[in-house]
Amino acid sequence: MRRRRFVPFDTKEAAVTFRILRSSIVTTAGLVIVVGFVVLAITTWLTNNAILPYNPYLITPALLYPPSFVHPFGTDNLGRDVLTRVLAGAPYDAEVPAAVLAIAVSLGLISGTVAGYVGGKVEEVIMRITDIFLAFPGLVLALAIADSLGPGINSSILALSPVWWPTYTRLSRGETLSIKSQQYMEASRASGQRARYIILHHVVPNIIPVLLVYATIDFGNVILTFSVLSFLGVGAQVPTPEWGLSTVQQEQYLTSAPWAPIFPALAIVVVALGFALVGDGLRDALDPKIRSLFS
Amino acid sequence: MSDPTLLDVRNLTVAYRSAVKSIKALDNVSLTMGRSEIIAIVGESGSGKSTLGLSIINLLQKPPAVVDGGQIIFNGQDLIKLPERELAAIRGTGISMIFQDPLSSLDPVYTVGQQISEAIGMREKRATQHSPGPFSREDPDLKPSGGGPGRVVGVRIPRSRRRRSAYSDEVVEALKRVQIADPERVIDRYPHELSGGMAQRVMIAQAMVQRPSLLIADEPTSALDVTTQAQVLRLMREMRRDLGSSILIVTHDLAVAAQVADRILVMYAGEVVELSDVARIFEKPLHPYTEGLLKSIPRKYRDEGRLEAIPGDVPDLRSLPSGCRFHPRCKYAFDRCTAEHPELIEAQPGRKVACFLRYPA
Amino acid sequence: MTEELLKVDQLVKYFPVRGSFSDQIRRKPRLNVRAVDGVSLSIAPNETLGVVGESGSGKTTLGRTVLMLERPTSGTITFRGETISNLKGEQLRQLRKRMQIVFQNPYSSLDPRARAKDIIAEPLRAFGKGRRDIDEEVGRVLAAVSLPEDSIFRFAHEFSGGQRQRIAIARALVLSPDFVVLDEPTSALDSSVQAQILNLLRKIQDELGLSFMLITHNVDVVKYMAHRIAVMYCGKLVEVGDTRSVLQSPLHPYTLLLVASVPKPDPTKKVGETSAGGEVPSAVNPPVGCRFNPRCPYAQDVCRREEPLLREVAPGRWSACHFAEELKDGSAPVTT
Repeated sequence: MRRRRFVPFDTKEAAVTFRILRSSIVTTAGLVIVVGFVVLAITTWLTNNAILPYNPYLITPALLYPPSFVHPFGTDNLGRDVLTRVLAGAPYDAEVPAAVLAIAVSLGLISGTVAGYVGGKVEEVIMRITDIFLAFPGLVLALAIADSLGPGINSSILALSPVWWPTYTRLSRGETLSIKSQQYMEASRASGQRARYIILHHVVPNIIPVLLVYATIDFGNVILTFSVLSFLGVGAQVPTPEWGLSTVQQEQYLTSAPWAPIFPALAIVVVALGFALVGDGLRDALDPKIRSLFS
Repeated sequence: MSDPTLLDVRNLTVAYRSAVKSIKALDNVSLTMGRSEIIAIVGESGSGKSTLGLSIINLLQKPPAVVDGGQIIFNGQDLIKLPERELAAIRGTGISMIFQDPLSSLDPVYTVGQQISEAIGMREKRATQHSPGPFSREDPDLKPSGGGPGRVVGVRIPRSRRRRSAYSDEVVEALKRVQIADPERVIDRYPHELSGGMAQRVMIAQAMVQRPSLLIADEPTSALDVTTQAQVLRLMREMRRDLGSSILIVTHDLAVAAQVADRILVMYAGEVVELSDVARIFEKPLHPYTEGLLKSIPRKYRDEGRLEAIPGDVPDLRSLPSGCRFHPRCKYAFDRCTAEHPELIEAQPGRKVACFLRYPA
Repeated sequence: MTEELLKVDQLVKYFPVRGSFSDQIRRKPRLNVRAVDGVSLSIAPNETLGVVGESGSGKTTLGRTVLMLERPTSGTITFRGETISNLKGEQLRQLRKRMQIVFQNPYSSLDPRARAKDIIAEPLRAFGKGRRDIDEEVGRVLAAVSLPEDSIFRFAHEFSGGQRQRIAIARALVLSPDFVVLDEPTSALDSSVQAQILNLLRKIQDELGLSFMLITHNVDVVKYMAHRIAVMYCGKLVEVGDTRSVLQSPLHPYTLLLVASVPKPDPTKKVGETSAGGEVPSAVNPPVGCRFNPRCPYAQDVCRREEPLLREVAPGRWSACHFAEELKDGSAPVTT
């Protein structure tokens, strides 16, 4: 039999998804923001801030200068260029949500599919544990864990993961249940396949798209919550240019030198919005009726 | 007096547009229908038969569907040019439609009796609007449909409190006519409590009480058991006989068409390929596709030899074959069929076909 | 007597109906949907048994239970001489090599995100076959179902209904089973494609010598495909016999009704004129006595009291009707 080289995923379907995303100005804007943000974060991190116009940590006597040609976003209370601080903060606000969601989606996927597929007592146990976690308001839970672990980026990641993981468990379980009733699942069993193979090859590939959509929309939420943690002092620590931290550090100058707190805060809003828009577009891309309009 | 032609579809072309392609679901389709006539539109998937039925009553999803040309003349008016409000007035008593899945066409929160009463009420309202007579049925003390929705968040309103409609008698009569046993009880049932066959008959009853001039039935028996199907087909013949309604039945099953139709319109890949009265088309079909379809119906026993199947698949409307759309699958195809597209011609009096084999020499 | 490949003895499959909580508190007896209520039949090697019935007859449940996709409530199933109805776990899984199924809906029975090759190869992978074996066997079944070799890298959703059903058939054949249940294999397909698939199935049976249980509501299809027919009504077998005899001279009023209702492509022969009304009864609470009695034009008192047993009325002809003999010589009085 001829062996043809082929890509491991469905290029035609990917093209349709892309077309849907490009079809509206709003989602295209979101896509631009997200891609720009990711590129910025990676480049800044890889080059160790070398590409930035100024040094984000260097304290200068140019205190609270208003925006000018030399300093497009002005300077903050320690003379640091605000634009540089904002750009330098990108890796932190990219790394933390990415890590949190990676953990949450993985754990949620595993626990949810097992709960949904196996059912019975196993499902009961998993879902009750999930319910317990869900009973806590997210921020409270994150604060409690962050407090006991001590401040810092890594403990923030560990603190935020348990807040998001239950949602993905619920989601995975629900999707698994609806897939379970699909006839191709029964066909797999009739072929003699074991549960592990069926879950890995049939359930997971069919529910990952939904999880990815949620994760994309959630990205913005995690940034926001992480920023709040930093705002409250348990997230990023000085002198990290993380956006939430920067905002709280410059907060007192809101009336006298508004550019200092506003730009970092604006960065949070824009990026969160970008992810929400893309996520929304992706959700449309999942809808078969909409897909048929684009293929 | 009234024009003998009830419906005149002329050169109808309907396309489905998406961001990347436009496919012609109907390509230059024409059809005339008289009063009290039953016509069956027969075709497989992609033939455009359902699109044709939905277009006439203008129930297509308007994007992505677009009417690219043609006219639909019903009682002297072009339905395509009619504004939605006037179209809505025609639906029900002028043109009525029943669908393949009755359970999704009946509202689950109203009883059978309420839904049929509502249909009767609409008919009466239209009748009095056109010619308000001295004996108006509108009794101010009785509402047209008895009470409101009985199922709100699972709260069942007890039967005694659901007010009897003014039209209860007629509803019972209508249910009896569609052969529903125990109609007095069925009146108070909700659609989900009925079997598929009963629900379909309720749909027919609902259509019948409105006494439409034209009933469009889209695969009305495909979801039914064969014994129920036989009853429903008989009902349709009676409906034409008793009410004088014309029926346009869309089906994939030639045998079902034989049971009810006066004339048959065969469609393939969005076009009409044959139009004929029912007797002659079964005796000797003129188009190779019709012939193939007939031969596809298994009629022999196992030991009596093989079934002759049409090779290949129904074409993808996005990439249609050149010339005659059926030629890749046709056992009679010759050179002209690949190069040129055959037009619909009248090969015999009252029979039209689009095939070069039937062109005059 | 031909050695039987599959034998089913008094097979029963009930599905419990979930009562409301208040019912459970009051300890009301649990109701069951009596999908299959005591069916006995056998299938010989290289034979197609057509199981015909309408909705609610239990034919699909019968097919799935015979394959042990559902655990029987009671009764025994014997395959190649061995009892399989009590198998569990790994032993049951090994059974899949010998018994397979083709489902009705080619759109839902194939994972739309999977490639054709993976779908067909899945049963081979389930039993640990190596890559070379897989390539060989997949090639073999592709040829058997007349699908081109290069189509196997395409995704399932790119194929038409008829092609998908071919993939489903290829998947069922890849382990070389002795017995395949065909659950309405052509009902979801266009008529022109249906004829192709039916011919394909007959060719496969002739070449490979396997047995089919063909489940369908379509009398024309079963006429063309089956050696013998079993007619089901409301969970029970009402008539069994060779196809020609059963369809030409039915020995049960339901079979009579069924055959009379099939629309013929002949405008001079209208069906439904003499049809008895009525619906298929509820499987939770079937009628007392013969389950067909409310709709039967020949029903008498005994029919409403006593349930008729399936018995051999003539050599090879079985019927579950008190008046089967009278039907045979045409002396049965119509009572409605």
